[in-house]
Amino acid sequence: MRNVTIIGAGPAGLAAAIAARDAGAHVLLLERAKELGGILNQCIHNGFGLYRFREELTGPEYAGRFIDGLHDIDIRTDTMVLEISSGSVTAVNPKDGLFTVTSDAVILAMGCRERTCGAIGVPGDRPAGVFTAGAAQRYMNIEGLRIGKRAVILGSGDIGLIMARRMTLEGAEVAACVELMPYSSGLNRNIVQCLHDFDIPLYLSHTVTRIIGRSRLEAVEVAEVGPDRKPVPGTEFRIDCDTLLLSVGLIPENELTRAAGIAIDPHTNGPVVYDDMETTQKGVYACGNVVQVHDLVDFVSDEGERAGRAAASGQPEGAYTEVQPGSGVGYVVPQRIRHEGAEDTVTLFFRVRKPCRKGSLVVYDGEREVLRKKRLYMTPGEMEKLPISRELASTAETLTVTMEEDT
Amino acid sequence: MKQELICIVCPSGCRITVEDGQVTDNGCKRGEVYALKEVTNPTRVLTTTVRLTGAEPVRLPVKTERDIPKGLLFSAMRQLDAVTVAAPVRRGDVVLRDVCGTGVSVIACRDVG
Repeated sequence: MRNVTIIGAGPAGLAAAIAARDAGAHVLLLERAKELGGILNQCIHNGFGLYRFREELTGPEYAGRFIDGLHDIDIRTDTMVLEISSGSVTAVNPKDGLFTVTSDAVILAMGCRERTCGAIGVPGDRPAGVFTAGAAQRYMNIEGLRIGKRAVILGSGDIGLIMARRMTLEGAEVAACVELMPYSSGLNRNIVQCLHDFDIPLYLSHTVTRIIGRSRLEAVEVAEVGPDRKPVPGTEFRIDCDTLLLSVGLIPENELTRAAGIAIDPHTNGPVVYDDMETTQKGVYACGNVVQVHDLVDFVSDEGERAGRAAASGQPEGAYTEVQPGSGVGYVVPQRIRHEGAEDTVTLFFRVRKPCRKGSLVVYDGEREVLRKKRLYMTPGEMEKLPISRELASTAETLTVTMEEDT
Repeated sequence: MKQELICIVCPSGCRITVEDGQVTDNGCKRGEVYALKEVTNPTRVLTTTVRLTGAEPVRLPVKTERDIPKGLLFSAMRQLDAVTVAAPVRRGDVVLRDVCGTGVSVIACRDVG
């Protein structure tokens, strides 16, 4: 029986654990928090699981469906992994102290953390009242704390939009949602049900140019940005608020991955993976938001299952074809397709760089076009999926995925 | 009265216009159905939390079992503010019946204890 150690018990780790156990492995699941489920626990809104369960579940319900299936799995919560190296995982928790486990395979499922105020460099004061949207979500939904009375949200990603509605329902006023880009990166459904429903204005092509306040936030200065995304002088205006939420992107948590010497893709900031989710280090797999930032949890679970099955069976090494992003495409996962594998079809996941109403996804092998699919509507906010046959991939030198807009 | 709304049926996000029951600028039939419902009887599923006692987390996530009229969201929030649930609780347990006279129950979304 193969031993599989999984780092992280969010949606990716939970799905990986169940799939690896079902494929006959002995599974050890390590989780940093006191409870299983990861970020799903604080995502109390609905809309999860539409693809997988044909239902609109809340985050805790979606996690619960997987937690119910965790029998015959060795689980250690409140456990922080410090290091991984060649099959060994070193971790620490209050009960066992420092310990090292050796296994046949390791699955990385650490997820993401949020970009902070420091990461985007907003000038001005540093008073209390500036939160990342996810931290605010945790304070409200898990700890039952009221975080402020009048808020501005910077960034129109889904977490920011969801928090706009959440704060409004809990009696706070959301004065504005401010987005740097000329379009929102959130789902239409969230624009409608989180902003329009409560008459919250969305300022596109705007940003926060100054944070104002002594001990607690008092106001933010907002300005329009030009096509170069730099503030346009003279367009500044002030919005009084005691709370600023930042929803400005996620960073895959790959400190362990980097320290282990696993190759990182500069486009995703996640590990380079094969189509079975193995990283460049044999026996180490990765899945979920640590690999690429997903918009739907259903696909995180799918990735987890793929990693779990592969880790349990121990795929053989072999020849592979490299996949890379080309014009109009930000990144592609997986970055490598093995010539031999369990499935005949491999799905490529990626994001386009800008919205496009009518266009095509085109895959090239060098200069030669090998696949073309029409798409009616594409946006960076929604992950694109493109199935490609393994046979086609294995005859190619290098695959380049591009987006072409119809003119 | 003329109303403009963004369709959420599919990712295309058509900007639909509704005037005196007439729907225009919709890309498909499903958009027309959505738009008419939105201007006549818009409904939403409400998700929030209630107080929880006897367990480590202090809030229990809950949701309305079905969608309720959009106009009742804030009254439902006020009614749920008075609710306290004691652990143990299972997913699907009813924490409040007939919220705001809608006939819809509010149920627990998480197992605790």
